[in-house]
Formats: sequence, structure tokens, C-alpha cells
Amino acid sequence: MIQYIIRRFFYAFPLLLGVNILTFVLFFIVNSPDDMARMQLGQKHVTEQSIANWKQQHGYDRPLLWNPKASGEEKVTQTIFYQKSVGLFLFRFGVSDSGRNIGADIQERMWPSLALALPTLIVGLLVDVTFALMMVLFRGGTLEQAGIVLCVALMSISSLFYIIGGQFIVAKVLKLVPISGYDDGLIAIKFLILPVLIGVFSGVGSGVRWYRTLFLEEVEKDYVRTARAKGLSETQTLFRHVLRNALIPILTGVVVILPLLFMGSLIMESFFSIPGLGSYTIDAINSQDFAIVRAMVFLGSVLYVVGLLLTDISYTLVDPRVRLS
Amino acid sequence: MNIRTYISQLIVLVVLMGCDVSQINSPYIEEEGTSSVLYQSFSERPKHLDPATSYSENEYAFIAQIYEPPFQYHYLKRPYQLTPLTASKMPEINYLDSQDNKLVGDVQDHDIAYTDYVIDIQSGIQFQPHPALAKNAQGEYRYHHLSETQIQDVKTLNDFVDTGSRELTAEDYVHQIKRLAHPKIQSPIAEIMKNYIVGFDDFSKQVSSLQKTELRNKSISGVEVIGRYQYRIRIKGKYPQFIFWLAMPFFSPMPWEADVFYEQAGLSNKNITLDWYPIGTGPYLLAENNPNRRMILLKNPQFHTELYPSEGEPGDKQNGLLADAGKKLPFIDKVIFTLEKETIPYWTKFLQGYYDASGIASDSFDQAIQFTGSGGATLTDSMKEKEIKLQTLVEASIFYMGFNMLDPIVGGDSESARKLRQAISIAVDYEEFISIFRNGRGVVAQGVIPPGIFGYTDTKAGINPYNYDWIDNKAQRKKIEEARHLMEEAGYLNGIDPKTKEALILYFDTAAVSVDDRPTMNWYRKQFEKLGIKLVVRGTDYNRFQEKMRNGNEQIFVWGWNADYPDPENLFFLLYGPNSKVKYGGENAGNYQSAAFDKLFEKMRNMDNNEQRYQIIQELQEVVRHDAPWVFGFHPKNFSLFHSWYSNLKPNVMANNRLKYTRIDTLERTEKRKHWNHPQWLPVILTLLVFVCLLVSAIHAYRRSAKETLQ
Repeated sequence: MIQYIIRRFFYAFPLLLGVNILTFVLFFIVNSPDDMARMQLGQKHVTEQSIANWKQQHGYDRPLLWNPKASGEEKVTQTIFYQKSVGLFLFRFGVSDSGRNIGADIQERMWPSLALALPTLIVGLLVDVTFALMMVLFRGGTLEQAGIVLCVALMSISSLFYIIGGQFIVAKVLKLVPISGYDDGLIAIKFLILPVLIGVFSGVGSGVRWYRTLFLEEVEKDYVRTARAKGLSETQTLFRHVLRNALIPILTGVVVILPLLFMGSLIMESFFSIPGLGSYTIDAINSQDFAIVRAMVFLGSVLYVVGLLLTDISYTLVDPRVRLS
Repeated sequence: MNIRTYISQLIVLVVLMGCDVSQINSPYIEEEGTSSVLYQSFSERPKHLDPATSYSENEYAFIAQIYEPPFQYHYLKRPYQLTPLTASKMPEINYLDSQDNKLVGDVQDHDIAYTDYVIDIQSGIQFQPHPALAKNAQGEYRYHHLSETQIQDVKTLNDFVDTGSRELTAEDYVHQIKRLAHPKIQSPIAEIMKNYIVGFDDFSKQVSSLQKTELRNKSISGVEVIGRYQYRIRIKGKYPQFIFWLAMPFFSPMPWEADVFYEQAGLSNKNITLDWYPIGTGPYLLAENNPNRRMILLKNPQFHTELYPSEGEPGDKQNGLLADAGKKLPFIDKVIFTLEKETIPYWTKFLQGYYDASGIASDSFDQAIQFTGSGGATLTDSMKEKEIKLQTLVEASIFYMGFNMLDPIVGGDSESARKLRQAISIAVDYEEFISIFRNGRGVVAQGVIPPGIFGYTDTKAGINPYNYDWIDNKAQRKKIEEARHLMEEAGYLNGIDPKTKEALILYFDTAAVSVDDRPTMNWYRKQFEKLGIKLVVRGTDYNRFQEKMRNGNEQIFVWGWNADYPDPENLFFLLYGPNSKVKYGGENAGNYQSAAFDKLFEKMRNMDNNEQRYQIIQELQEVVRHDAPWVFGFHPKNFSLFHSWYSNLKPNVMANNRLKYTRIDTLERTEKRKHWNHPQWLPVILTLLVFVCLLVSAIHAYRRSAKETLQ
């Protein structure tokens, strides 16, 4: 397995380099270093000299990808791309164009994101699986039909509606929780109850339908029929056999998104004033802060690669027939 | 955080949720006790808190409470008036000739080669407690030579245990001016100051390769420390508006120790920089700096004696604004600013009493404001029931529709182009714009100057006679027929371009390309359609739009300006020829050029406010109204809401350091919050009961079906 992981690590390297080049090219097609300087320096009294100063101070006075005036290897190294990208592979994110240390900002902001995303994922998973099992238990009946209709209805509503509706009913009308805000430590629970509830509720429709499909696939298999023939009750069959076997796709589906939980959720964090990473990239794009954009895209790519690797590993853990080679 | 901390936090949480059931929706955890706490919000995280670089309103909300320039705007008096802040008196202004001889008597502008501003500051003013000023028993600075290990253990500025303070001196003001000139600091006013402060440009070049820590040993020829409490700034020629710059945070004092402390390697990796952790002499200090969540200002224990003003405008006494006259400032102990990006939670928290003040977003406008028959804005009944107060204020800003005067169709000084511009000025109905898109929050502009600035008048003499008539003691927009007549005179009968024999096509360049902007763009199209003109909206991204403006490739555009200081010079300069954007990269976005205007402007800008200046301003207004390089749009009107417990509030567009004057009645707030925030448990209990019933029924149904299957 270690060999497999090392090989995947080397596969990831060109992939990340490609992502980095793509981000760089896309960003600089839209924004020039002069545009970035103007954005950072504000609207008033911006002169050509102050733009030149800004570019020089932030290292944007070099050519983008190729420096024809330099000699030897400096043709590559004395470019914006090289100077701004090499540190990323060592997880040195550097300083944002507005002067803040990006690594420190990410470290500070990823925990609130995780504090929101992790409970939403766990509680959501438990709720979805429970309801999906109940629907399978009552399959073919009116309850299942009603459940499916309800799920489709829940899926069809925008998540923004759940957020605004939830804030209106629970926080404004019933006054049971703060409408938005955050604090450190366990105090955060008070602020997370509502966003987690809304996060879970908004995902119930699609989640329950997805898990129901998985369970229905298992329920028709031979081993389930054998279990029933042995005299096991329907609940025993579902919880002892069907659930265990359906765990493989559930687990792999969850593991792949685990690393991305750090990246946060833009809308939820924005509406609930949770100081996470959700809006970090969008704010950076709006303010043309290339340093943050490249750091976050790189981090997102790394986490996605890690997620896929973890998924592969988790296959071997839940299904002994799978071998990594 | 250890297990004990977690347990204690859990207990606090349970106690807070269990005992104080009247406010379980409170977003605040800390107990206020007897202290006076103000709760505010901010929607955009500040980029800079260094007074040398900070230049936006959302940053001034913080730093204007922390840093103190030598002068400030009087809180109550109108028109706006400067008074000493840390200075002991207003500056002594001396005019000099080119040989540095002092000019006396009736001095002519052309004789003045330099102007000296001699500023005396008060003695005994102390900086806030700060680690940069902490000294050990030997009198050496405690944290100026930090080792790598020491820096490694530090996470925030509060991790430095010791703090120190020292007296404010004239050198601190001079040091800050040197910082403004340092290219590495990138002050937005550096390029302007090069034109005024003697030696500023040379100093900037001289120190370009030096560290900030070395600035102290270098001198700038036009800025000099005369004594411990006195310094002098020498500027080129005469520039009376310079004193307004001295009331802005750019000219606040900065101790040299701050640069030495913050420049230590390793601190910036932890975001511990002067740009994020200010050090000032003002009424407040920044106790917590988390721009992603909240910023907390605490009363500065070292704050010098400053008293609430004893004089104001007529009516201030009746409005209770002089009740605290002569009392020591500030009144509020702590200010908590919370980041609130969305308007719905922000508005709800205000209504629940968790914010003390609020603006009005467009989606909550109808809940808060209603218009009377005469067009005046008042609060709705639900607001009145909560005893909320409304305050309105016309900002010292102008939003206008500009014509590119270099354009062959709409630009230039030909009679035809001028009449076309005048016709468009009549057709674009900004009264309607304000009503539709701004909920009535704006005043139609009759010229360049907003209300409250010298030269503005709301009488008949103040209207734009080319667009308005004075009927029933108010300005009324001319009828569209007059605009059509002007179109005919311009050679575009019914809007037909004689060259193409089709409707005249004009281009509107904008960066407003979102879905939300579509109604506005459609509205502009309809305004031009009144004249038979086809308006083509050329939407582009912000960068390309700026590029078009720089190169003069636009035709019609919308632009705005927020005055830096309350002087007409800071508005008319937007139309001054040598400030043309294309030729000189200046702020004259429409590239307007008029010899008559430029001559009058040059005469007006250096004058003191008097009758002669007023008359020249009216002449300037007449020139631009006649030439119509802009469709004078509107001056935004700001609507703010305040709870009844928040007092000593007077709108002031120029003063950013208003917090120190305001007061909170915490008892009233506590009572009202309790009253407004009783949780409603019944619906929750009913929902739970329904859920349990459904569950029991389901179990029952399952058991019955299982039994039936067996049978």
C-alpha cells in the first residue's frame, strides 16, 4: 500500500503543476498586474508612479512566464509564475496582496468551516440513512410513496430558501437561537445549531433518495433472501445485513469529501457570519488578490487529490476483496 | 484549550441558555456588567489599519477612534469647522517669498513661494499601552530585539505580556510624514504630497532602498521638529486646503518604536504588523483584531483629557446635544464591531436590539420608512413603537453621468454637441432614478457642489437654469419638449442622425453587468428613447472599463466622487483641464477643458471663504451648467436608524471620530432586549409531539403488517 501511496503522490505532482499553470493563465488573462495594483491602491489619486511602486513592492514587475532579458535559468526563475508558485509546493502560501499572511489566515479560518461542515455531515448522514431505511422498510406502501414525494419536494427547493426561512422562523419569530454569529470553543454550539439544522434539512431530500436507492439495490440480493428464509425479521435483515453491505458506497462517498470540508461553504458562512474559508476565495477574486486565489486553488486541488486517495484506501478497509496495487 | 476550559465553557453555555431564557437568541456571550458597551457591525473587512495607507470609510470607522491628527472637525458646529485635537491651538500660517523671507501685510498669491504651517501640540498626551513601548528595569526596550524562539511563541499582539507608554512629541508627527513619503509604505496620498510638501519627493527617492526603521535618522527638508511640542511643515506656494489634510488620519503621530517593533522578522508571518495592530493616542485602542469575525475597541486608559463641546448650532440644546457639555470623553467603554455580510441577519439583530444602530437596506426599506404626502420620510408605526430614531444626511458626494469630451459626437465645445448634452441632461430624469432605485435617498444635483459645502445654495439662484425652472418656490425639471427642441437645434430632429438617417446611436460604457443592474440599464435606455436616441450599453468588466476611461475610449459613463474635505476646490478640480484623465491621468474623468473654467478655478482655489469666492463659485457653476460636460446626477442621502438608548448623535459627514461623543443607556437597552426577545417554545413542543405521534403510528403500522405477513 505504501508503494501505491508514493506512486499516487508522484502522479499528483504534475496534476498540481497543471492546475497551477491553468489558474495563473486564467487569472492573468482577466487581470494584468496594473489592474491588480489599481484595485489594491483604491480609486483616488492613483498615479502611474504609485502603480509602478506597488508592482515593484509585490514582485509583479517581472514578466509573467518567460523573462527574455534574463540569462540562463533566470529566464524561468525571474518570472511572476516561478516566484509566486514554487513556495506553494512547500505549502508556503506567502503574503496576500493586501499584506496578510495567507497561511496564518487559512489556519485561523479553516476551524470554523470545519465546525460547521463536520456536524452537518455526520448528523445529515445519520438522518438520511435512518429515513432511507424507514422508507425501505415500508417499501411498496403509501408511506414510501409519501416519503418519495416529500423528498422530491424538499430537493426542489433552493438551499437559500431554507436558510432565509430557517432564520426567519427559528431565530426571528421563535427567538430560540442567535440569527448569526460565532464564538470559539464550545460556546460555538449556540451559533451552530441553526446552520447545522438547516444544512441537514436542506440535504434530506437528495440524501434520503440516494441512500434509499443503495438500500433497495441490496435488499433484492440473494443473501437478503437467505436471511429472510432463515426467519430473520425485516428489521433484523435491514440493520444487520443490508446496512452493513451498503456501507461500502456510503463510506467511500463520505471519505472523498472529508478533506474538502475544510474549504467551507460560501452561502452558509456568509448568512450565519461564520468566519470560515467559504468566502475567502470569492473575496480574493473580487479584490483581484492573486496570491490568495492561487493558494486556495492549490489547496483545493491538494485536498481533492488527498480525498481520492483516502477513498481508494477506504475501499480496502471496508471490502477485503479490494487490493491496491 | 484543555478539558477544564471546555467543561467551564459548557457550563457557561448551559447556564446562559438555561437561566437567561429571555435572551437565548443573544449573539453575545460576554457579560457587560456595569460597563457601557456599543454594538456595531461592519460588512467589509478593512484592508489597512495603518494611517499612512488607510483611505476608505470602513477603515476610518476603526482608525479614526485610535489615531489623532493634530486637528479635527467640530462635532456640532455647521458649516464644518476645524478645531485643535492634539494641537494646543490652530496652526500659525506664515507666507514666505522665494528667498524664505516672511511676507507680511496684504500678500498677493503670486508673491507666495512657500507657506509654513507651525503646529504646537499639547504636552502630557500619552500613547496607548503597547508592547513596542515596553521597557525593562534598565530602561531598554523590552521587545525590540526578539529572538526566533520568542517570536515562535507569539500568536497575537496580546501574547506580549508587558506594555509601555510614553509622551507624544512633535517628532512622532514628523516621523509619520516621513512614512508617507517612504515608497515601501505606498501611501495613497504620497503622489499628491510630492506636489506640496517641500522636499517630500527628494526624501522619497533618498529613502527608497532603506528600511522603515532607518527613517528616524533621515530628515525631510520641508518638515522640521522645532521643539518637543512644536513642528513645522513647509509647502510649496499657497494651498489653503492643506489644513484639511492635517485633520485626516494620514497626519496622525506614529512613534518610531512602532516601526522598529513591527519590522522584526517573523512577526509579519503571524499577521502582527502595524497595518493590523495600531498604536495611537486616541480615545480607544484595538483590543481584538479579527477582521473575519469581530473587532473590539476598548477605552484607552491613557487617553488625555478632552471635553464634550459646549457650543453648537442653534437647536442643538433643544435636541439634547449639549446635555453632556464639558464632560470628559469618551462615554462608551467598549465597542464591539461584528462582521455581518448579509442584510437579513443584520436587520433582524437591529430589531432585536443586538445592534445599536443600523443603515437601511433596500429589502427592509418599506418596513422602516414611509413617505408623507409632502414627500418627507418618516418612520413606520412598527419602528415608532420601538422608539427607533431616524437620522438623514446628504453626503458630501456627487454621482453624475459624464460625457467624454474627446468624443466627436457628444464631446467638444461645438454648439451642436453642447445642445445635445443639454437635451440629454433634461431627458435623464434623476428625480425618477432616485425614486425607483434609491427609495428616495438622494437629492438631485443642480451643479457640482453638494449641500453643506461652501458655495451651495438651495434658492432660485442655485438651480441649473438649463435643466430646471423655478416654479412655486421649487425647482422643476424642464419639459421633454424643450429637450426635443434642443435636439432639433443640435441637428438631430426627432433623434435622427442626419448622416445615417436613422436614430442617433450613443454608447453607454459601464462595469455594471450583473443581473441586478439590468433594470438600471433599461431605465437609462428609456431616458434616451424620449429623445429618439438609441442607447447601446457596452458592459464590460471593471478592469476593461477603467482602461477605456484611461484611454478615452468611452462615450457616456456614470461616475462618482466623495469629497475629501468640505471645500469646493475638492469638487471643481474634477473638471479642471490639467486634471484630465487621458492627458494627465488625473481625476477629470470626462476630459473637460474650458479656458474660462480653468481661469476661474485657479483664482478660486486659493481664496479664503468670502463673498468674492462665493461669486466666483457661482460663475464656475454657470460655466459647467452651460457646457454640460456632466448630467448632474444626485447627492446621496444617507438614512440611519438608532435605538432610543443611543444618544448624542449628530450627523457629520466629515468627522470620522464621532464615537467618543456618543452615549449608551445600558439599563434601557437591557430592559428592551428582554422585552423583545422572549423565546416561543410552544411551536417546538407541538412539532416534537407531531413527530413522536408519527413515529409511534409508523411502528404500530409496521408491527401490524409484520403480524399479518406471519399469519
